[in-house]
Parts: sequence; structure tokens; C-alpha cells
Amino acid sequence: MTIKSFNELKKNLKKDFAQLKKIKLAVLADSASQLYVQSLKGYGYELSYNFDIYEADYDQIDRQLFDKTSALYKSEPEYIVIHSSTQKLLSRFYKLSSPQKKSFCKEYIAYVNELIAAANANTKTKIILFNFPEINDSVFGNFSNKTDSSFLYQLRKINVELMELAQENSVVFINDIASLQNTFGNSFITDQKIYINTDTVFGLDFLPYVAKNTTDIIASIAGKFKKCLILDLDNTTWGGIIGDDGIENIQIGSLGIGKAFTQLQLWAKQLKERGIILAVCSKNEEDIAKEPFEKHPDMVLRLTDIAVFVANWENKVNNIRHIQSVLNIGFDSMVFLDDNPFERNMVRSEIPELEVPELPEDPAEYLSYLRTLNLFETASFTEGDNQRTQQYQEEAKRISFQKSYTNEADFLKSLDMISEVSPFNKFNTPRVAQLSQRSNQFNLRTVRYTEDSVQQLISSNDHFTFSFTLKDTFGDYGLICVVILQQLTTNNRQLFIDTWLMSCRVLKRGMENFVLNQLVKCAKENGFEKLIGEYIPTSKNGMVKDHYKDLGFTETNGQWELNVPGYKEKTVYIYPKLIAAQSI
Amino acid sequence: METQQILEQLSLIFIDILDNESIQLTESTSAAVIEEWDSLTNVQIIVAVEKHFKIRFTTAEIQKLNNVGDLCSLIKTKQVA
Repeated sequence: MTIKSFNELKKNLKKDFAQLKKIKLAVLADSASQLYVQSLKGYGYELSYNFDIYEADYDQIDRQLFDKTSALYKSEPEYIVIHSSTQKLLSRFYKLSSPQKKSFCKEYIAYVNELIAAANANTKTKIILFNFPEINDSVFGNFSNKTDSSFLYQLRKINVELMELAQENSVVFINDIASLQNTFGNSFITDQKIYINTDTVFGLDFLPYVAKNTTDIIASIAGKFKKCLILDLDNTTWGGIIGDDGIENIQIGSLGIGKAFTQLQLWAKQLKERGIILAVCSKNEEDIAKEPFEKHPDMVLRLTDIAVFVANWENKVNNIRHIQSVLNIGFDSMVFLDDNPFERNMVRSEIPELEVPELPEDPAEYLSYLRTLNLFETASFTEGDNQRTQQYQEEAKRISFQKSYTNEADFLKSLDMISEVSPFNKFNTPRVAQLSQRSNQFNLRTVRYTEDSVQQLISSNDHFTFSFTLKDTFGDYGLICVVILQQLTTNNRQLFIDTWLMSCRVLKRGMENFVLNQLVKCAKENGFEKLIGEYIPTSKNGMVKDHYKDLGFTETNGQWELNVPGYKEKTVYIYPKLIAAQSI
Repeated sequence: METQQILEQLSLIFIDILDNESIQLTESTSAAVIEEWDSLTNVQIIVAVEKHFKIRFTTAEIQKLNNVGDLCSLIKTKQVA
């Protein structure tokens, strides 16, 4: 895995950060954190982030978090990164009597809960907690596994409890250093000499990986993550060349090198079930390429797993562009796997935003290599995610069905669309938060909401919240649109559209018109006179530049206004199913 | 390896890590005269020197170093050994 060295990251610090997206962080540690902070800032530059970091003095975790007037809270961070070291944990543990040791984990987790509660009381910020790489102090040997007063026993328990804690607190994320230790080994992650001389617990060669892991979490929360895996076929998905070798001779299954490809397919299948879209891009005849997916008994992946299947003799750059246009997601959210270095380089040079891992030469090493890259970091997971592939396949069917209609209205009518309109509630909260983090293109102001902030809106007295689902004869899109209206403090007859975002999968259905009808209806019923909209441009939301103009809003001072009493309801072919009325 | 040769190679390491092209090491150069050379960059320098000369220092040896001359002689003895 190639990653910039500590020294290279450090040199980034002298570069120009002015144009990069600024994110405010605070780093608290009970060991020396300067080198970590340098790596983090330098790594941020690699991903075009300007991490503005408040670094607390040495060993100030408690003081900074418990004191509500602390410099930490004054720095107003968007993320608090807390690095407690195993070394300090060990010295804490050694001070205890034998009975106290048995309840060390319990006491420690209670303390972490207090830290989190203190942070939550003072700020809405997200918290990234390091878990603990293991130190086997070899006091009990293997017997520590049978001894609850041993350090290893308590440490492993703490790591498990931290996961529980993170699952219960939506603002808490775990920086999984224990897993990095598993990948790289203890002698790589710590340099005893540096630790003894400077109290820095991670070695210089390891620090860039810690910085990457931290940044992966932040980037995914900020909406930058992978949504799609594109697979080449010959010698990537199976061994051999289907066109030359034929279906009976390709390598897949439990024998020999076939096992390596089976492993890769099993992994891809798990990703698909987590909600990653799978696509195929291969230089082949289409029916020959599809044959193993339909007939080979050892194939793990089947045609139903693949959202977009492209096999032809065109160049891969064009084919990947085609896949991108069908899926309607950014190139920077796609990963392309291909065994051929020539294809990889060509695709990389034409589509630089695309992630193209440098696969090892030996297929036996594909999977272990890919696992080290942490390509598919995510900040949320909801049960509906595993239906995404099916939704894209339904979309492909809709596209070919639409071609049989010449009149758009007839086509829309024939879809029998139904939209469920509901305020935010505890059932839709995870999906609302997820959509708020994922949507980049159809998003007017790109304000990101976490599950926590969504929950606060539910009980807010000056907000109206809307979620919209959509289904038609071909299938169910699920929850695809979110709107938040805020009563203006400056003028209580006006509603400001704080958020309007929509999944790009439901464009050209008249959904915008349907949503606006609902918004106006709500405004009217509650005696409001104006809806105020705003468009905040980002590098990705150009498609909604004229959104309010197209809907009939008029521009005043950079904002868009719609007169509620004079609104003429727009014609739509979507039938509403209203869940519950809400009132301010 | 001659002291002069070691000094030249060390200079390159220092220039890279301290990101300062103007560094020219002599045996009497110490942390006091190079602004960027502090306890943290020293850690980086030691790790880089170990990698470059394929040797390992002990913590006690590092703590005894006062200037570049000391570092040169330490490298020499390690290479002979």
C-alpha cells in the first residue's frame, strides 16, 4: 500500500491551504501528539482538506473536556479527536489492587461515558475515540485469557465496550488502531526509542496510517465516500480469459488459484449487501461475458448482483463514463478493479477522480491488499442499503419502458407513483441523516445533519420537517427527499427552506413539483405568506442552480421568494399518502 | 567510511528532513545553531540516519550526542562493528 511518508506529509504543511475546504478539529492526547497532528494536517492536504487543528497541551483530556470554559470548547471544533494510549492505560492499571483490576474495564468505560457526556453538554461536535492497540504485558502468559485481573483481559474488554458505546452514541466514532495493529504488527506501530525519548506512542512510519484512518472517518462523515465497485472480468473476477478459454476452463472455485478469485467475489458480494453498487466493465462479447454469471456453478456473483453490466470492445474510459451516467454518482465515489496495468493507467489518466487500486501481480494477494486500503469507509448503515442494486436495475427497466411512450405525461401517469409524506420520526431518522450526508448533487444548501441533529429537529418548535418516499409500478425507491423549513425569527410570516435535497435517482418524475405543492400546503395551513429559498453553490450541486427559478420563485438579494397565497398548484402524477400532520 | 563522506550524506538527510537547503554540516554543528533542529525533528533525523546507514542506536547513545561530530564517530564505530 502506497502512502506518503511522514516527512512528505510534514512538507505539505508549508503548502498553500487557502483554497481547501476548512474543517476545525481538536486533538486531545495523553501522550505527545505533535507528530500526529503534523501527519494529520499533512494528510488532510492530500485530500484537499484544510484541517484547522486545536492541539491541547500534553495530557489534558480530562481538564479540557470537563471545563466548559476550556480552550477546547472556545476553539469550536467540528470534531474532537481523543487519543488515549495503551501505555497510559497500562500504568493506570498497574496502580490498582487485584480486586480493582477485575473491574477496570467497567470503571474505565464509566469514565469515558463521563467524558462523552461532558462533551455533549458543551458542544454538538462529533467525537473520534482511538481504541487500544494491544500490549501483552506477559505477566500471565496465555493464562491471561482465563484471568479477569490480567491487563490483556481488561484491555480487550474495553475495546469491545468502546464499540457498544459508539453504537449507542451517534456522535461517537472509533478510530480503530487495534485493527491497524493487526495489519501492520506491533514492531511497526511503535518505536520504543521514540516512545522513551519523546513519549510519542506511534512510530514515524506508522503515523501516516493513523492520520489516514482518522481522515477516512472525517471524510465519510463529511460526505466523501465510495458508493460503487466496478469489476473487470478476465483475471480479475475469475482466472483466465473467458473468450479464449471457455466457461469450463476459467479458474474459480476451491481449487488452486480459483480460490483467490472466489475470495474476491465473496468480498464483493458482502459489499453489495452493505449497499455498495457493483458494476462490470469488461472487454468481451456480452453474452460470453454473462455466461459464467448465469451458468458457472462456482460463481459467487450472479447477474442479479450487478447493477450495470458493460461488456463490449469499446475503450474502458468510455464504458466507465457510461456506467457513471447510468448510476448518476460522482467519479470520486467509484472504485475500479482491473488486473491490467495498461488499462489502469489509461483510466487513471483520463478520469483522475476515480480510485484505481494498484492490484498486486499475484491474484492470491488481491484481497489481502484491498483490505488494507480501507476503500469503503462509511459513516452510516441502514437496513435498506442492501436493496440499492435492485433499485438501479429497476431504473434500467424504467429507461427502456419510457422509450415506448412518446408523451411524457402519459409515461408518468402509467408509472402509478405514490409518495409517502411524513415528518421526521424515530423510524426515518437514520435514513434522513444518511441522505443528508450522501447527497451532493441535488442539494440546495448542503447542510449536513447527523442522526442526533435530526432528532433535535423532531422536537423543535420552529421547524417543519418533511421526508418523502417514492414507489411506482417498477419498484420502491424508499425515502428519497428531505426538506426542512425554518420559521424566520426576523419575520414570523416567512418560512426559510433550510434544506432541500433529493436523491438523483428520482429526477424527471415531477417530484420537485410534488414536493413544492406539499410545502405550500403546509405553509398555507399554518398561515405563512412566503417561502424563502437559497442556493449555496458547491463543486457538485450545479444541477440545482436554477431550481427555485424553474419552480417560479423570484430573486431578491441573492435569495428566492415564493408568494404562498398566490401559488397555483402544479400538475403532478404522484399520489400523496400523508402520514401525520405536524404543527409548530 | 571517511568522516567527510559521512558528513556529506548526513547533510543530505538534514536538508531533507528539516526542509532547509542551506544546511552544511561540520563536526561542530549542534542543535543550537540550526533553528529547525529540536527534540521532535531529532527523532526524525535519528530514524532516517538509522535507515540510511543500516545501523541501530541505543537510547543511551542518542542521549549522549552533543553535536554532529559525535554522531559521525558513533556511525563509524557502528559500521566497523
